[in-house]
Amino acid sequence: MSKPKDRATGEKSVRSILMAGVGGQGILRASDILCEVMIRTGLDVKKSEVHGMAQRGGCVTSHVRYGTCVHSPIAKKGDVGILIAFEKMEALRYLDYLRAEGIAIVNDTEIYPPAVNLGEARYPDDILTLLPLPPASVKMVRAQEMGVRAGNPRTENIVLLGVLSRYLTLEPSVWDEILKVSFPAKLVDANLTAFHLGRVA
Amino acid sequence: MKNRKLMSGNEAIARGAYECGVRFASGYPGTPSTEIMESFARYPGVYAEWCPNEKVGLECAIGAALAGTKAMAVMKHVGVNVAADPLFTVSYTGTNGALVIITADDPSLHSSQNEQDNRNYAKFAKIPMLEPADSAEAYAFIKIAFALSAQFDTPVFLRTTTRVSHSKSIVEIADPLPVEDTTQIRFNAPKYVMVPAMARLRRIEVEKRMQALRAFAETFPENRAEINRTDVGVITAGIPYHYAKDVFPDYSYLKLGMVHPIPEKAIRDFADRIDRLFVIEELDPFLEEQIRAMGIPVTGKDAFPYTNEFDPGVVERAMRTDPVEDPAYVPPVVPPRPPNLCPGCPHRGLFYVLGKLKVFAAGDIGCYTLSFMKPLEGLHACICMGASIGMAHGMSKALGEKGKGKVVGVIGDSTFIHSGITPLLNAAYNRSDCVFIICDNRTTAMTGMQEHPATGFTLQGQSAKALDFERLAEALGIDQVRVIDPYDIRQTRAVIREELARSGPSLIVSRRACALFRRAAGPPQKPLRVDPGKCIGCRTCLGLGCPPISWRKFSDQAPDQIVKNTKKQDGNAVIDPQLCNGCTVCQQLCKAGAIVAGEE
Repeated sequence: MSKPKDRATGEKSVRSILMAGVGGQGILRASDILCEVMIRTGLDVKKSEVHGMAQRGGCVTSHVRYGTCVHSPIAKKGDVGILIAFEKMEALRYLDYLRAEGIAIVNDTEIYPPAVNLGEARYPDDILTLLPLPPASVKMVRAQEMGVRAGNPRTENIVLLGVLSRYLTLEPSVWDEILKVSFPAKLVDANLTAFHLGRVA
Repeated sequence: MKNRKLMSGNEAIARGAYECGVRFASGYPGTPSTEIMESFARYPGVYAEWCPNEKVGLECAIGAALAGTKAMAVMKHVGVNVAADPLFTVSYTGTNGALVIITADDPSLHSSQNEQDNRNYAKFAKIPMLEPADSAEAYAFIKIAFALSAQFDTPVFLRTTTRVSHSKSIVEIADPLPVEDTTQIRFNAPKYVMVPAMARLRRIEVEKRMQALRAFAETFPENRAEINRTDVGVITAGIPYHYAKDVFPDYSYLKLGMVHPIPEKAIRDFADRIDRLFVIEELDPFLEEQIRAMGIPVTGKDAFPYTNEFDPGVVERAMRTDPVEDPAYVPPVVPPRPPNLCPGCPHRGLFYVLGKLKVFAAGDIGCYTLSFMKPLEGLHACICMGASIGMAHGMSKALGEKGKGKVVGVIGDSTFIHSGITPLLNAAYNRSDCVFIICDNRTTAMTGMQEHPATGFTLQGQSAKALDFERLAEALGIDQVRVIDPYDIRQTRAVIREELARSGPSLIVSRRACALFRRAAGPPQKPLRVDPGKCIGCRTCLGLGCPPISWRKFSDQAPDQIVKNTKKQDGNAVIDPQLCNGCTVCQQLCKAGAIVAGEE
């Protein structure tokens, strides 16, 4: 079996991944783990996010850029190889960051923003039809459900890392190694299970 | 390999400071600077403290440096405004040990009330400033900053921006240097007593020092020329260097590690070799104006924006002569997701009441500032830390009779301690008619649960005597001090109404721990739910803007699911049990008794 093609590559030596979701979904932890795996693989890596006010239910994004020598910690629009939307609608909000040939991993979870809760705005009905991507470039994932199956619904972020790992040429053993040291002992098993459920999803 | 660490700029500053022997740090939390102190405080053998505000923080660091040690004062950009008074004069005295002031600026105002460019403070206060572009430089530059401070007997600024403070990149760390005890009491009145006669003499020393630093800047290795293609050259500093290198790796660069003072000769030499020169800097044309004043033509703010942080795309668009292709997709417009008060936030009940009472609430800096938004609309001004009390007082004096019972000043617990005490004293002394409210959530919540003098703990976890707001207010001369629980809507409304009706100044302490602050708040209560058999669709609960509560239209429900309790009802409220923390504020507001505890 041939190795899966690294979809974040394009032709460039520096590649970008963008994670987007809502405060509290574990995005910062997920991107930290991703960076550690890349460092262990010998890559240069930079990541960037904004914390502070954004924690309070606002949008959270994390840019991860990696390659032989990374300068900017943030990607420019139209240059991201893989967009991971931890919340469905956020895939639409950050779509302009994605390369034309990029892929979107979309968590099938809806978190309503205030305007939708108040009935003043509509949550987009069918996000899949709004995503102007070929069907093969969109991977829908029920990460919350898989997290529950892994024994802890809060492992949703690690399920999504598992899905992401399919599109990257990073050794699975390195993922396991980093995951094992990223959590307190009693949470390691659930997170490893979550990762592998995501990886085969 | 094991010393290659993924670190944020803030963590890297703390690490670098620890390694080069810094053992004293003081500051006040503020995004994006907070993690510098938190991370530094965890190293063995260091002393680190949260101070009530940045002015006190800097003064403590000045004292520590005066005692002969290496001291660091840490703050966000607007914190330097608070600390500006000691800042301008410590520039005259210099330091006996070494003193570095960290200013974390916030281009794009991710978490701030303004976008000031604190490089101007370096020039204004005649203090050298270093600016790292990533974590590795942050780690290296803090060490250089301390060395320069000792060498030139000057305070030194280290400036970061949000993107440097909060990005993570690889840092090769080392073992800490052995620390010698350099502290002792040295008397030197001519240097440290800044009365006019002596300050006039120190003033001359400051200019001599700046001359020496200008000469130093010419050969400073972190002012680095990278000569590649010479048709286009870039002078830059900080994170914009990386944005530009990302899109234009072939151009020539003069990357300034020190942004004040700038190396004039090195800039001229670089400019001589370049056909077209760009200056790339976020916010003010700080470098550009100085380079233009040297008679060197550059492209700067005529091509680049004054406002907001840059990214590689901004730099590319500004510099490319051929049209830049648009991103592949234009995303559809989706509902915004602004930051919001958390489920069970104690501020919600208080600001719901203030919004309904139609008073003008002069607000302050904290999570509660978000209460200005719909649907609460319970806060109507926000300027800076501590401003609410003075503003409310001034407003009510100006309004006179028209303002009676109509103006309140609202401030957080940490913010009150930061700079609300003197205005409260002023309000008492000058016979204010205002009601002042401390939103006492028992922590510095917005920046992530930092300790302050009323929490009972220090930054390094020692217990401390907690400040008592009620007794303090009495000592300041406030006639009436009341304590309310903002989870109790009836009491909150009644007490605020009573105090608004009274003349003279009064203080209400609205006390309930931040819902995320487990140490004081305890675990969340059981979630509530809406009984569709009772919900009359009045939407009162939605007026709280609490994230778990949403509106479900009947038109979106299956016909057999709809329970209609009044004629005009067109939907009902639902509560997401995953998010609800059971604070009961919505339950108290529901006239239909439809919000209930327990399983369906």
